[in-house]
Amino acid sequence: MAKVLLEMNSITKTFPGVKALDNVNLKVEEGEIHALVGENGAGKSTLMNVLSGIYPYGSYTGDIIYDGEVCMFHNIKDSEKKGIVIIHQELALIPYMTIGENMFLGNEQGSKWCIDWNKTYAEADKYLEMVGLTDSSKTLIKDIGTGKQQLVEIAKALAKHAKLLILDEPTSSLNETDSRALLDLMKKLKGEGMTMIIISHKLNEVSYVADKITVVRDGSTIETLDAATDDISETRIIKGMVGREITDRFPKRHDIVLGDVMMEVNDWTVYHPEFSERKVCDNVSINVRAGEVVGIYGLMGAGRTELAMSIFGRSYGIGISGELRLRGEPVTLRSPKAAIDAGLAYVTEDRKGNGLVLSNSILRNTTLANLNGVSSGTFIDKDKEYEVAKEYVEKLRTKTPSVEQLVGNLSGGNQQKVLLAKWMFANPDVLILDEPTRGIDVGAKYEIYCIINDLAKAGKSVIMISSELPEVIGMSDRIYIMNQAKIVGEMNASEATQENIMACIVGVSGDNSADGEGSEA
Amino acid sequence: MNDFSVKSVLKKNVMTMALFGIYVLFVILAFLLKSTNMLEPSIVSSLIEQNAYVFVLGAGMLMCMLTGGNIDLSVGSVVCFVGAIVGLFSVENRIIHMPLSVPVVLLIAIGVGVAYGSLLGFLIAYVRIPPWIATLAGYLAFRGLGTQILTKASETNAISIPSTDALGELSDIFSGRLFETDWGEINIPCIIMGLIGIAVFAFLTISARRKKIVKGYQADPLWYVVTKLVLVSLVILFFTVEFSFDGGMPTVVLWILGVLILYGIVTEKTTIGRHFMTVGGNAEAARLSGINNKRVMFFAYFNMAILTVIAALIVTVRTGAANSFAGQEYELDAIAACIVGGVSAYGGAGTVIGMVVGATLIGVINQGMSLIGVDQNWIKIVKGLVLLAAVVFEIFSKNSKAKASKTKTQKEKTAELEDAIAKAQEELEKASDEALNEDPAVPSAENVVTTES
Repeated sequence: MAKVLLEMNSITKTFPGVKALDNVNLKVEEGEIHALVGENGAGKSTLMNVLSGIYPYGSYTGDIIYDGEVCMFHNIKDSEKKGIVIIHQELALIPYMTIGENMFLGNEQGSKWCIDWNKTYAEADKYLEMVGLTDSSKTLIKDIGTGKQQLVEIAKALAKHAKLLILDEPTSSLNETDSRALLDLMKKLKGEGMTMIIISHKLNEVSYVADKITVVRDGSTIETLDAATDDISETRIIKGMVGREITDRFPKRHDIVLGDVMMEVNDWTVYHPEFSERKVCDNVSINVRAGEVVGIYGLMGAGRTELAMSIFGRSYGIGISGELRLRGEPVTLRSPKAAIDAGLAYVTEDRKGNGLVLSNSILRNTTLANLNGVSSGTFIDKDKEYEVAKEYVEKLRTKTPSVEQLVGNLSGGNQQKVLLAKWMFANPDVLILDEPTRGIDVGAKYEIYCIINDLAKAGKSVIMISSELPEVIGMSDRIYIMNQAKIVGEMNASEATQENIMACIVGVSGDNSADGEGSEA
Repeated sequence: MNDFSVKSVLKKNVMTMALFGIYVLFVILAFLLKSTNMLEPSIVSSLIEQNAYVFVLGAGMLMCMLTGGNIDLSVGSVVCFVGAIVGLFSVENRIIHMPLSVPVVLLIAIGVGVAYGSLLGFLIAYVRIPPWIATLAGYLAFRGLGTQILTKASETNAISIPSTDALGELSDIFSGRLFETDWGEINIPCIIMGLIGIAVFAFLTISARRKKIVKGYQADPLWYVVTKLVLVSLVILFFTVEFSFDGGMPTVVLWILGVLILYGIVTEKTTIGRHFMTVGGNAEAARLSGINNKRVMFFAYFNMAILTVIAALIVTVRTGAANSFAGQEYELDAIAACIVGGVSAYGGAGTVIGMVVGATLIGVINQGMSLIGVDQNWIKIVKGLVLLAAVVFEIFSKNSKAKASKTKTQKEKTAELEDAIAKAQEELEKASDEALNEDPAVPSAENVVTTES
């Protein structure tokens, strides 16, 4: 048996009020590829951040034993000195610098005061060769594709004399050929003695490349599967990932009356605004009836938000094609304003980033999407505005001393209620809720669910985007499953289980991938 | 609703009180050190007349800053350029031998504003050139252009615009006195205008309050309304009495009041003003709420150009000449007035009243120190320090507010913790590079204002 390179013992990391990691154990042997899998928010990234010193020693409990000694990393430099290098999901390369400059950023070659460019580029070329990249190290990053950029990231890590390489979703922005090349490179590096930890949502890739698979769920390590001895089929992994019960966390809706199809999207294709050849929505067709709650489930990056925003007045993406019908009539919505006027509302996923104006009061946020509703001409009737804001605060039971309170001072759940109030006041027929319960506590979640049910009862069409399986199953009448820019499944909530939803996702990624081995689902 | 304890009201008006305190201080100092009476009518009216351009430009700068801390660096140079154009067409000179009539000259000046404003607005809003770069180009080009015109048109590099003869009209519109009387003689129309002003203000305040009470909304407490009425009336009375002993109401006061009232209404009471604030508060949220961000940016700079033309006319007529050094540092005066007046340097917050207080405060410091005989360079140093102090004060008072809200109740504490968790989770999931430098457990006070891509 190989030597154990890394051992993380009973790691517990608490953020104020919540345990992000609860007694996690992880053992990585030298020269293996160890995969970490789990749902969004399960704690994989937190664990890696603990390991790399982003969360410094002392902010967690438990021991990290690396290479035979207990480590106390205070920052990322400490861990890099030991040879632990993390490659983040979002590429951290600077587009207008050369490959060589990027590789030695913060690790400049030469004397303390003067960079030795000859040495820099010579070294860079050496590491580029190791990862099989033939481009010159003087090429600008912006001139090479994302696949090659990912290779540069790995070369950069190698240049730091990495012994343990952590790859966080390395293939999330790559196409299949590039992904495959990357995975093969990992195998090659393994042959040369490199130890690697890979975090991935793509289970077929995990089965293909990993020697061991550790499943993380709700902040705990559930099990570790060994490719040599255990069954590591995707269905087996999924079982570990979702083995959670759905309890009575969802208010039930009675006497569901479904009306006509309110909104219909056909053959909707959207391209990425920056990488114009990449499809973020590929031939998507969905519909929603009046009084219906439709769930869209997908992992992060599946294209759900992109779909919603492109429908909502083309506020995202380029080259949008497809047909949008509202109440049976085809419509073209060219701006968010047009979408709002047509009866659409999009409750954004990132309430702080693009949902609310945190420096403004509840009052101002509530009326923002429908200022005309409280104005005559251009003049705002401030008294009426006050009444409206107060009405919604009472209706949604937002906890606040007054409607003049700045939204930035509210809790996440209450902010979400203000965001909902804003769109409810715009009086839409179709509400698209993007992750409506993200980052809020259980009690507030329940209240949000009640609001959603009330909206449906009032005859509104609700599309709820979520990456929480229990929530999607518990709340929706019908569920679409989205993966890699496509709708890969549709089912009634009554038929839906966590397993068969996950199977839809895996099914597609299996079909798509070029590799035959490993994917059995 | 609003907190109307005496303490909070005082806190909200701390800048106004500072202005009052500093004014009184200078009045005393000037009297003790130089035996100059700063309350003399001519000194008071020159305080207003000299700073007229700051009020006008400040209103425009406020609108720009509301959209996200954007500024316009070109206003001073445009003032010079418009002045040169006005001089060029209204007075016989080496280029133009047949001066045009006053209305035509005004039309040309406004045309310049419309053209420049449209171009600038287009470049900033639709071509997406950063405002400070686009206006820096204007800053350089228009100073050069204005100087060039003046050099070509006149041997002295300046065109003097006499306030008599045919150009009297121009002077009457932007300078001089309404119903002018001799100095030292009390001007009755001025007093009447002041009293009408007080009456209108009182009527509006009282009727607004009554309307609230009738409709059952929460109204401001009586003591607050009465105090406000009395204080504002005293200020109006002070100025009208001063003006009335200095030949009458300066015409420029009407321009200032017109601009300030218009922009006060726009920012406080209209959807347009709300759109400006929202774009500055969170551009992406504004866009997804159906606001046309580009149009807002366009009009911010279009509007600034129009106000710049008005300021240029006021300044040119007042100084009686178009100079190549006219309008120097005007953009900085306007920005300083906004900053001292509590307009957020990041956008989304600010009031016309605040800007007025800021502009007056700087004006008072300027005038007071000059009268005491302080060297111009020292005045600059003091103004710089005041600007800095205003911003530091702003940040400290914001921080203490944030702290106060943190220690409020257990419930709110847990609420903030939840936020911290949410934020931490978001950051973890993204695992982006910024995460390296931030402690996600701390909810960041200011939010990253995402700009539209």
